[in-house]
Amino acid sequence: MSIDQSTAAKVAKLARIKVEDDALPALASEFNTILGFIEQLNEVDVEGVEPMVSVTPMRLKRRQDVVTDGNQQDKVLSNAPDAREGFFAVPKVVE
Amino acid sequence: MSELNKLGLAEARDALRAGDVTSVELTESCLTAIDEADALNAFVHKTPEIAIERAKAADDRIKAGDAPSMCGLPIGIKDLFCTKGVPSQAASKILDGFKPEYESTVSQQLADAGAVMLGKLNMDEFAMGSSNETSVYGNAVSPWRRGNDEAQLTPGGSSGGSASAVSADLCLAATGTDTGGSIRQPAAFVGITGIKPTYGRCSRWGIVAFASSLDQAGPMTKNVRDAAIMLETMCGHDPKDSTSAELAVPNFEAMLTGDIKGKKIGIPKEYRMDGMPTEIEKLWVDGAAMLKDAGAEIVDISLPHTKYALPAYYVIAPAEASSNLARYDGVRYGRRAQLAQGDGITEMYEKTRAEGFGPEVQRRVMIGTYVLSAGFYDAYYNRARKVRTLIKKDFEDVFATGVDAILTPATPSASFGLGEMTEADPVQMYLNDVFTVTVNLAGLPGISVPAGLDAQGLPLGLQLIGRPWEEGDLLNTAYALENAAGFVAKPGKWW
Repeated sequence: MSIDQSTAAKVAKLARIKVEDDALPALASEFNTILGFIEQLNEVDVEGVEPMVSVTPMRLKRRQDVVTDGNQQDKVLSNAPDAREGFFAVPKVVE
Repeated sequence: MSELNKLGLAEARDALRAGDVTSVELTESCLTAIDEADALNAFVHKTPEIAIERAKAADDRIKAGDAPSMCGLPIGIKDLFCTKGVPSQAASKILDGFKPEYESTVSQQLADAGAVMLGKLNMDEFAMGSSNETSVYGNAVSPWRRGNDEAQLTPGGSSGGSASAVSADLCLAATGTDTGGSIRQPAAFVGITGIKPTYGRCSRWGIVAFASSLDQAGPMTKNVRDAAIMLETMCGHDPKDSTSAELAVPNFEAMLTGDIKGKKIGIPKEYRMDGMPTEIEKLWVDGAAMLKDAGAEIVDISLPHTKYALPAYYVIAPAEASSNLARYDGVRYGRRAQLAQGDGITEMYEKTRAEGFGPEVQRRVMIGTYVLSAGFYDAYYNRARKVRTLIKKDFEDVFATGVDAILTPATPSASFGLGEMTEADPVQMYLNDVFTVTVNLAGLPGISVPAGLDAQGLPLGLQLIGRPWEEGDLLNTAYALENAAGFVAKPGKWW
């Protein structure tokens, strides 16, 4: 599988990373180098092999579905680039 | 005592308990060494006030007779760990200005034990890199040089600042994290000890996530005993990390007897790579001979899927990274890009992430996005997870034959010059992790022990891989190797 410029542009869009048009050929070429390396995996016979979910054979712990903390609005917002009136502020989302 | 910063953890602990030295004296010695070492660019956020405050508290505890092993010992913390009120930005521009309101479990456990934080250490951006050249802070520099050649060398990555700082005696020890080799490769490059414990030993809570199924924290220290002491403090169950193991943490230091008689050490034939430098081949053979002389039985083993570990890793790690790094959106923390008139929320995301992530991080996020995208999920991601199952089974089969530990080189080369790999394609840099990445994929403990110098006078390391949860046994084998190798070289001070 080879990645062309339009696929590279689509991936950048999905990843929400702005890539200028003139940077797309180099990006596509890098993707192809890495994917070429990854394609070695096609040599492996994986028939009947389960894909790994957890590397250690243990069940994830469950806990009570209860509130464990809260009332920390100031702390939650303290690192926001733009916080106003107790909210995160973002550009207009709805027209 | 002079040059207290040159002590290891065990020596300093014993001196503190004997009343020969105070934590404040140890800490001041390290702070001076740090200020003299800006050329190494290892410490990127210095916290002298916090350090002195904690050192005074530690001295009080020691006087009161309430002193755990790490009490009063000055250490560095990798920038990947969230530390309350102290910049924690994973060496990324996108987390510029981020000061967490909370403390990572591992750094909290170290602080509770009385360890003194000197500051935050340089690293590759989001722990993605093998040379510390992707950091927003600039390169960390190795204290080692090739003889009289003044060319700057890499301390390895991603825990490059930790490696440089410990090797140059700026701190007694440091935390690192290891997703594909990020503790063991830098430790090998600078002649120190680094252990990645079994997946689940250390809580990942509060450590900036790269690839959650692979990430583990571990200590980077001046010797194996120090690694045992610090690892014990870092480990333990944490309800805030659902993958952390609910297992008792042994007293690892007490397990260091140096007696490895009757232990079975496997030598995997697949790690004998074409084009491997003869010095590394020789180091490996010598290391096996040392363990044999110490009473171990050396056996040839096979780990048939080794060759597929790096390609599987470069599907799984970017896939998890693309998901983990989705949180950097310019809304909740860190840096938001300057927006143009009329830009909406999508432009905000795209510009923020384009400006905030460096090229290697962008590359991996996009590769991860691609392998998880509709139509390719099975071909890439699921196939890689199946290969991961086979890689883990390789190890299980070997351990089932009674093998206690596996000996391999830690890295395929000694440290290289900063900038020397710039022209190479990304895959060339990825090959640095060829001997370490299998261990992350299989969730096993692995330790890098300095074992010799190459012809240019640069350190080389050997790696031992242990059975899951048997870090104590692994550390003891490493201790025997360390005793036999007798590595004592230190870099000459030029900085």
